[in-house]
Amino acid sequence: MKMRKMSKYGMEFSMKIVFAACACVSIIAISLIAIFLFTGGLPAIFEIGIYEFFLGQRWAPGDRYPAVPAFGVLPMIVGSIYITLGALVIGVPIGLFTAIYLAYMCPHRIYVFVKPVVNLLAGIPSVVYGFFGMVVLVPMIRPFAREITGGGTGESIMAASILLGIMILPVVIGISESAIRAVPANYLEGALALGASKTRSVFCVIVPAAKSGIMAAVVLGVGRAVGETMAVNMVAGNQARMPTHLLRGVRSLTANIVMEMPYAYGLHRDALTATGVVLLLFILIINMLFVFLVRKGR
Amino acid sequence: MLRLTLYLVIGIALFLALKHVYTYLPEAVLRKMVRIWDKIFLSLTWVFAGVTVLALGFIIFHILSNGIPHLSPRLFAVNVTLGDVSMFPAIISTVLMVIIVLAISVPLGMFTAVFLVEYMRTGSWFVTLIRSAAEILAGIPSIVYGLFGMMFFRVFLGMGFSILSGSLTMSIMMLPLIIRTTEEALKSVPDTYREGSFALGAGKLRTVFRIILPNAMPGIFAGVILAIGRVVGESAALIFTAGTILQIPSSLFDSARTLTVHMWRLSSYGQYVNETYATAVVLLLVVLSLNAVSGVIARKFTKT
Repeated sequence: MKMRKMSKYGMEFSMKIVFAACACVSIIAISLIAIFLFTGGLPAIFEIGIYEFFLGQRWAPGDRYPAVPAFGVLPMIVGSIYITLGALVIGVPIGLFTAIYLAYMCPHRIYVFVKPVVNLLAGIPSVVYGFFGMVVLVPMIRPFAREITGGGTGESIMAASILLGIMILPVVIGISESAIRAVPANYLEGALALGASKTRSVFCVIVPAAKSGIMAAVVLGVGRAVGETMAVNMVAGNQARMPTHLLRGVRSLTANIVMEMPYAYGLHRDALTATGVVLLLFILIINMLFVFLVRKGR
Repeated sequence: MLRLTLYLVIGIALFLALKHVYTYLPEAVLRKMVRIWDKIFLSLTWVFAGVTVLALGFIIFHILSNGIPHLSPRLFAVNVTLGDVSMFPAIISTVLMVIIVLAISVPLGMFTAVFLVEYMRTGSWFVTLIRSAAEILAGIPSIVYGLFGMMFFRVFLGMGFSILSGSLTMSIMMLPLIIRTTEEALKSVPDTYREGSFALGAGKLRTVFRIILPNAMPGIFAGVILAIGRVVGESAALIFTAGTILQIPSSLFDSARTLTVHMWRLSSYGQYVNETYATAVVLLLVVLSLNAVSGVIARKFTKT
């Protein structure tokens, strides 16, 4: 009897250890990611020179003697920022208004139809989005690019922004809808009682009250847009130079890695890892902003 | 670019200036303006919600209408050579990869969630630590996972381009999703179940495995299906880990391309547009049906 009890407690204890060990895997994973990226990337940044790496405008890793290879990542940083801003300009208004529609304006019958549609948008693989952009958006933009900038294939900041604008919709809609729903119902009742119409109450009372949640949605959308790789790579043109025009090509940080990594070696490879470090830093800052906004919302 | 920003700033300034003018307008005009303003914003919500639905509808319709006519037996040929368009090996690799990823990430994620919810007090520092770790993991872009998998699994651990290194990378990527969904599912099991089980003399472990997990299963299952969809749809993390060789893998250490990577390779060749459409159709159908199943399970779960 005593033996059985002992073994039972032993089992309880050892399984608790197993559970705890599993819980530690996330922490180990994140430390490994940080260690490997930083040890791979930071030496390269110092070798290239911090100033030349972050503010250098020339990315020419393949140049051989007499030309000097250059590893300036600024064009890609600026490119990522432009693409992300463009995605926000398109995705946030559409997403926010759709969220308001879903939360307050639409009858239940339409809600059960639109909500799954939003979830489906999140489920479509980014390669499919990218391919769609390649065969539909890029040819659509091409004549405008030729007309206005006098050249280009249509692979442009514009194409990437539109595509990313669609891709961040589910994030923006999902989080801002729940933020809007989290506003207590008596806010709406109060506004209605003061004589405001329903539309006005929603837009001038509910939405401002949900502001920090909506900001969090936007920030998470930024995270998605900065990190998106394949779709951007397929429609942005990928020229490693400072962006010149909305309708001309640009290269993002993510595209820089995915395009050149297969054939890179030596310092070039480490410079690409360093690009990954820059990307990771961007994402960490965005994540912290997100957590801060969510805390503030509560 | 600069000029565009300037226009934007001027526009916003004008808008803000207009806001001040409102105060001096007669009431009748104001009322009318408010009514028009209401109408504009109300219709904007309709229009933008419509845009969302139309965007999805157009993408799906475009892919299906261009892809279904090109679904030919050639695309499912069993015997393939390098550079072939057949997606048969890719489908096998994808299924294999999904199985391995789930075998690794589901127990890990599930046990993590069990530990967080059942064994730790909410708000203890350890819970906060793991939860923020999972949050950061969820935010890391897939290309960074690809880089990490390349450096750690492929080079450092010497697994090379293989299904194994791809699956391990993907397993880490899926952890946050599994942890979060399992946590939600565990929290939705009423405390009375736990108390009842303890009252009958069951230990913590028996309560977890016999009472709590079975009751949380539908929620966990919905999360697992979402994870399958993510694995099927992932590409950036796999290019540098599992590689892009089109072959039916004979062991876990063989390189293999999944369906999504296969579609990406096809699309980059240029002369295989029709085949790419057809591959996209298969991919879309898989993802759509997974989404539908997950939705049905989630709905059933919330009802009961």
